[in-house]
This record gives sequence, structure tokens and C-alpha cells, in this order.
Amino acid sequence: MNPGAPAEPADVVIIGAGVVGAAVARELARYRLSVIVADAANDVGTGTSKANTAILHTGFDATAGSLESRLVRRGGALLSGYAAATGIPVERTGALLVAWTAEQERALPSIEQRARLGGYDKVRPVPAAALYQREPHLAPGALAALEIPDESVICPWTTTLAYATEAVRAGVRLLLGTRVTGARSGPDGHVLTTDRGPLRGRWVVNAAGLHSDHVDSMLGGDGGFTIRPRRGELIVFDKLARPLIGSILLPVPTERSKGVLVAPTVYGNVLLGPTAQDIDDRCDTATTQDGLASLAEAGRRILPGLLDEEVTATYAGLRAATEHRDYQIRVDAARRYACAAGIRSTGLSASLGIAEYLVDLMGAAGLPLRERDDVAAPPVMPYIGQAGTRPYQDAARIAADPEYGRIVCHCERVTSGEIRDALASTLPPSDVEGLRRRTRVLNGRCQGFYCAATVSALMPGKAGQAAAPAASGQQETAGQRA
Amino acid sequence: MNVDVLIVGAGPAGLAAAAELRRQERRRVLVVDRERQPGGVPRHSAHTGYGLRDLHRVMNGPAYARHYAHAAVAAGAEVRAGTTVTGWDTGRRAILTSAAGIEAVGARTVLLATGCRERPRPARLVPGDRPRGVMTTGELQQRVYLHGERLPGRALVVGAEHVSFSAMVTLEHAGADVLALVTELPRQQSYAAFALAAAVRWRVPVWASTAVRQVQGRERLAAVELADLRTGAVRRVECDTLVFTGDWIPDHELARALGVAIDPGTRGPAVDTCLETSVPGVFAAGNLVHAAETSDVAALDGVHAARHIAVALAAGQNGRDAGGAFPAGGLPVQRVPVTVAPPLAWISPNVIRFLPPAAAGPVTAVPPPRGRFLLRSVVFRRRASLEVCQGGRVIARTRARLIPGRPIVLGSAWLDRADLGAGPVSVRVAEAPR
Repeated sequence: MNPGAPAEPADVVIIGAGVVGAAVARELARYRLSVIVADAANDVGTGTSKANTAILHTGFDATAGSLESRLVRRGGALLSGYAAATGIPVERTGALLVAWTAEQERALPSIEQRARLGGYDKVRPVPAAALYQREPHLAPGALAALEIPDESVICPWTTTLAYATEAVRAGVRLLLGTRVTGARSGPDGHVLTTDRGPLRGRWVVNAAGLHSDHVDSMLGGDGGFTIRPRRGELIVFDKLARPLIGSILLPVPTERSKGVLVAPTVYGNVLLGPTAQDIDDRCDTATTQDGLASLAEAGRRILPGLLDEEVTATYAGLRAATEHRDYQIRVDAARRYACAAGIRSTGLSASLGIAEYLVDLMGAAGLPLRERDDVAAPPVMPYIGQAGTRPYQDAARIAADPEYGRIVCHCERVTSGEIRDALASTLPPSDVEGLRRRTRVLNGRCQGFYCAATVSALMPGKAGQAAAPAASGQQETAGQRA
Repeated sequence: MNVDVLIVGAGPAGLAAAAELRRQERRRVLVVDRERQPGGVPRHSAHTGYGLRDLHRVMNGPAYARHYAHAAVAAGAEVRAGTTVTGWDTGRRAILTSAAGIEAVGARTVLLATGCRERPRPARLVPGDRPRGVMTTGELQQRVYLHGERLPGRALVVGAEHVSFSAMVTLEHAGADVLALVTELPRQQSYAAFALAAAVRWRVPVWASTAVRQVQGRERLAAVELADLRTGAVRRVECDTLVFTGDWIPDHELARALGVAIDPGTRGPAVDTCLETSVPGVFAAGNLVHAAETSDVAALDGVHAARHIAVALAAGQNGRDAGGAFPAGGLPVQRVPVTVAPPLAWISPNVIRFLPPAAAGPVTAVPPPRGRFLLRSVVFRRRASLEVCQGGRVIARTRARLIPGRPIVLGSAWLDRADLGAGPVSVRVAEAPR
């Protein structure tokens, strides 16, 4: 059966509907181009894009002169504006980089210096007394800190969904549940083999994240990079822990990793993590006993009160690291192939910068970029943050539609109106996991004790039912609405 | 809107309190519950055994839930389901959200009866994948009894207390093949008869001293890794459903939002023997203050709280009008805390309330609900000797059987030997050399 694969070649086929692939699709949708996005999963943003630390970085600690540093800065500026326009939850909490040892304290001036060299001059030292005034629950023993006032937290789920929604409404075809298994490239373009039939494209963009090296060799790319997944485990604490911190608390970074941080989330929780473990399996997002234990210990050292609160989730994400320190972004004009790989852990912050940069390169390499004259305004996404007004708090909205007053998920205060809206949206969820990312339903402290059965019953075809087979992702969303 | 008593939670405790308050006096009583139907957890608990201590007859959970919902309404209380208290405004009025809109309700007194929940898998830090098919008993019961779901395949129950056996019966009812009940403790914690019935009728064993080390399955649950805590041996058991049972925690969010002191043992609001919290005029009852007891115990808590709320309302009769700051609270209060020492985990109530004498004479200690304090132990002990101490003096001794998760009952006849001026009372397990 081949329900979705179009026979006509598209101008561009993007492999991967993570935050980078979706951002590239959205960028390309501004032009008179036919664009297809294919992803093996049954939703957008189900890989690294959904499981990360959800921080909108300033890039203050990036290596000066690197592509990553440039695109994080550019992407961060673009995403701040885009989030404001679309309603993606963002909180500018600022970050405090805390030194606990004399050695770490000695490293602070060079970190401040590096930020200035990179063009970010708002980093300033915070003496211990002022630090404890701002963060009274911090464990004793901190010596000094640096303040990075513009570090923010963001909703990674809404970000990818907003990009994809905008792209689809502008006519991009999103083929979910479509795994690319092979490719044949010729003078007329590429023919991709997928488990749902062939896909033809004049150009191909590799935004396959953890699988980008495999896709690269499939397309005869120059190689030169291998994905080395680095697993990061994280613990999410109950919202009752949120008053324990004001800002993101960063450790002084080491060679290997940025270390374990404690950060607020836009949903009002507190996040602890990540660990950093190199693994071979690109799908192994299991948490481990050692990982969780080491996080608990680190959390106790940073913020002793944190471990007294309940844990609402533990998860692991895989950063798509390579043997290189910098992003692997390149365009091969002769073969009409573009690659955005090795985006490690800053892809969310840099996504719009990456998309802009990559599409510029593609244009320079011959992709005709003729602006459309019917570019629509960005979509307004349902607000699922904690700092602003949610539907259950909005008397006018409830008066106009009582479904916004019917709370279904009590821990996260998600209403039946929001669930209904998500199911009727441009990119409806195909299972309960997708509904979680669109509404926060089931993400709270009870983990479904009260509402999971009710929520499952609301899913069409009861896709989320425990006894039902896994959703096969037979879903296509074509942009008929633009 | 202003009421005399706002009751948050229409489970057995809240509904029984509402009925009792209306029975005593024609007070304005509003009960709210965030679920679509009043009744609380018994709504989806199909087994029998409800009503023993409070109604002196036995019925199943849904019938019991209907009984109390009807009793509260028949007594003249207003019961609003589908209504969530989302917080408290600056005047300590409750913010109510429902399909009808948002409303602030001022109350002369508040009774928190928000119950408890089971700690889900993440809270227990069980590592591994995050597949579908992992749930708590609360979710399981609702899926099976409220939504008629079938759960074919093999199932494992984590926990071996009363509710764990209930989960096993629910799973069998839903078509599952229950492989075992798994507990890290050295033996099961329920009645021997339950374990025997499980073994004989359903052929479900209890795997004691066994921990779930890992959950496996990318989309759907495939297997778990179990570790034998005595030998360290690890084995993989394939299963399709994994139910985490028991390990109760009070739903204390609203209590904390109100700023009431939380007892570190029960993790619910600290309450005195009148079931009043540290915030005058705010009472708490049911499994919010002792997670988890049976529903009849919660209902009798509600009746107990109602009687003391009625006293507070009567005493505060000439006070300020209901503006929101619980004006009927703030009676002259004299209290002595009650603490426990390990291996006891907690005691409820955790404060003794002394009342001034009616005429001349000494102050008197208010007895707890049903004249009993409830305790928990973290260890098994067949015959333990409990000592109640105050000021270095043992004022009472009793024998008890200690089983983790099971109630340990301590009578309150010794309360007349407790002295308001002699400092905290503590309950400990005497290390008898026998």
C-alpha cells in the first residue's frame, strides 16, 4: 500500500522532522518551492528535539568563531522574536554559573572573557553573598558565580510544532511514519526509497539527527562525520519544587559536557540533569540506575531541598554528537544535497539560525529562492506555559466556551477544551504521547492516577489505550489550508 | 460567594463531614470536587468491604460512593462536582474553576479532604524505557471499571499490600494473566487470607525481596528486569502490563498553597486531635492526613472534623463575617506535638489539642477520631512493645504488630496523663530483649 508518496518530484525533500528539519521546512515555505518532510516517527520532534534541557541559550560559552557560536546567537535572537509572535512559552529566568571549588572560581574570569570575545557582554560576576540572596535554597559552599541574564527556558515541544504547523499551513507536505531506507541520485535529482513508496526530490536536506551519518552515506555525501550518541538522563521534579530556584543554575563546564544543571521549566517544574554517557545504540533512551543515582546525588549537593519533592518524570535524550566539535553543515551544489548534522545539544536554540544559514547556502548553490507573495503570519500556538494565563484561569474564555473550564488533567490543569483543540489542530497527535506534548496532559505528579483512563478514552480510536497496538503512524498531513 | 464551611474533596471524608455539619446545624456547607462525579476513590473500586466501621453494613465501592454523595445532598449541603479549587487569592478565598466559570469563595472554615494517590513509577526512580502499559492501581481501576477496557497479556503487580491484591483482582477481571506480586520487602503486607486466596484461586505468587531494576520496551512494555535482593541475581520477566501499587502520598498541593504546616512523616498537613491544621479555621481529614486508610476510617474522620468545625463556628458566631480569612478559626489553642521515632514512620493526628475546661478544673485533651491514633512502621515485627513518653516519663505502654503499610492503632486512654506543660509526646518501639 502506498497511500501518501507523491509521484511528482518535489523541489526539496527534507529527511527528519525534528526541530532542525521543521525549521528548514518553515524557512523553505517562504519561497515558491514544493517541499516534503519525511520522518519515520508518527509525530514531529520525537527524537532529540523532545528530550533535552529546554534551555534557550545565549551562546555565552560557545567557542568563539565557531559556526555553532554564530548560529546559536543568531538562532536565539530569531527564536525569541518568533516565540513572542507564536505563543511558544519562554521564561527569561537568567542563569547563574556557580563555582563550588577554588579551581572553578579561578575559571570564571576566563569564561566571562570568552563570552565578551564572542560578542556577549552582559555576563557579570556575582559574589557569594549576592548569590545566596538570589538563591537562598542553594547548598552552602558556593564561592562565586557568573550571571548570564539572557539565558531562558523554552518549551521544546511547542517550538517544533509551531515550525511544522507554519510549514504545513504554507503547503509543505509532512509525511510521518515514513522511514527513508535508501536513495538513488542522478542528474534529475534523488529518488528516496521509503517504507511507504518512493519519494522524488530535486534537492535533499539531511536533517536526520541521530541517523544523519547513515543518511549522509546513503546519499553519497562526503562523509567525514560519524554520529556518536551521547545519552543525557534527566529528572523532572514536581511544581512544588519550583520556588526553590529563581534562575538556571549552571555548573562550571568541563571538556566533556556542560555538567549537571538545575533549571526551571516553562511548565513550572524543576529539571535536574543531564548526565553524559557515550553509547552505541541510537535509540537507547532508557534511564539507568547509576545515572539516576548520580543525578540525585548531584541535586542534593546543589539544592538540598530538591530531593524532598516528588519526581514527576525521568527521561533520557540522545545528543547527536560527532567526532567534531562544531556543527556539520554543508551544501553540495553539484549533487543538490544539503546536510545539517552534528547539532549536539544546541539545536533548539540555533534552529532558526541553522535554517536561515542552510537555505542561504542552498540558494547560493542554485536552489531558486523566489519569495512567495502570500506568506501567512506565523501560527498562534496553544499556550502551555506556567507563567502566563492558561485557559482554566481565563474567565472570559470559559464564559465563551465552557470546555475551557472543565479540567481533565488535574495536576497540569489541562481542560477538555484544550484537548479538543489539539485533536482538531493542523498537526493532531496520533497517540497519547503526542497529546502530552501538545497540552501537558498526564505530565504531572500523579502520572495518570486520576486522569489517564479519561484521557485515553478521549483519543480518537482510543489510540492511547493500553491494550491497543502501537500506533503505526499512518498519518499524513498535507497543507491544504494555506 | 461566602459559606460557613468549604469542603474541598467529595470523597468519603468530605461528604461525611458535610452530612454531619448539616445534621448538627443549618450551616451553609459547600463541597467541591474536581472529578465529574462525587464519591472519591470508591467510585472505581469495585470490590466489597466498604462501610464496615461507619455504616455497619458492607457494600461495594461505587454503592458506598453513591451513599455518601446522596447523604450530603439530602442533608442540605451543596455538592459541586467538576469544580476545581485552583488556589487561594490574597484574601485566602478559594478560587473555583468549573465549566460555569471562575468564582472566589470566602469561607469561615475550610475542610481539606483531598485524599491521596499512589506514587507512580517516576517518583520511585525505576529506571529503563518509558513504554505504554505502566500504570498505578488508580489508573488501572478507572480503565477497567469506568471505561470497560480489557488488558490481555501478562501482568506484574509491584507491591504486596492490600491494594496490590485488589489490583491483581482487577487485572484478572480485565483478562490479564497476573504473573506475580513483587515486593522489595521480605514478605507481603496484607492479610494472610488474601495472599492465600491469590496463591490458591488465581495461582499468583508473591515474589518477596525482589526489586524492579529496569523497565524494557520502546513503544509497548516488553519486559522488566527483577533483582533478587538476597542473592543479587537478576532475571528478565516478559510482561505487557506493570502496575505500581500502594506507596501512598497525600495530595497536599492545596494545603501547601495555603501555607499550612506539613508533617514530615505523613507528608500531609500536621493536624491536631480536632483535625485542625496550623492555620486556624483550616481543618484536614481523611487520607490527606493518613495515607492510606480504608474509606470508613476516612468517613469517620470527616464526622470528627465536622463536630469540631461546628464548635469553631459556634464560638466564632459573633466574629467577623466570612471575608475569606477563616474568621471562625483562632479559638484559644493549646497544643502538644506527638512524634514517633524510627522504625515508626509517622503518627496521625500529630498534635494533641487541649481545650480549656468548661467550668473550673484542668484543661482536657481532645481525643483523636475514633479515640485512636494511627501509626505506620517501616519494619515487620510480630510483637512490638510501644511506649508513649513525655518529659522522660513513660505514660503508656501497649503491644502492637508492626507491618509496613498497615495501620498500627494506638488507643488514647493515656491522654489524661499527658501534660500540657511537659513538652512533646513521643511514641517509640521499646527494644524488648525477649
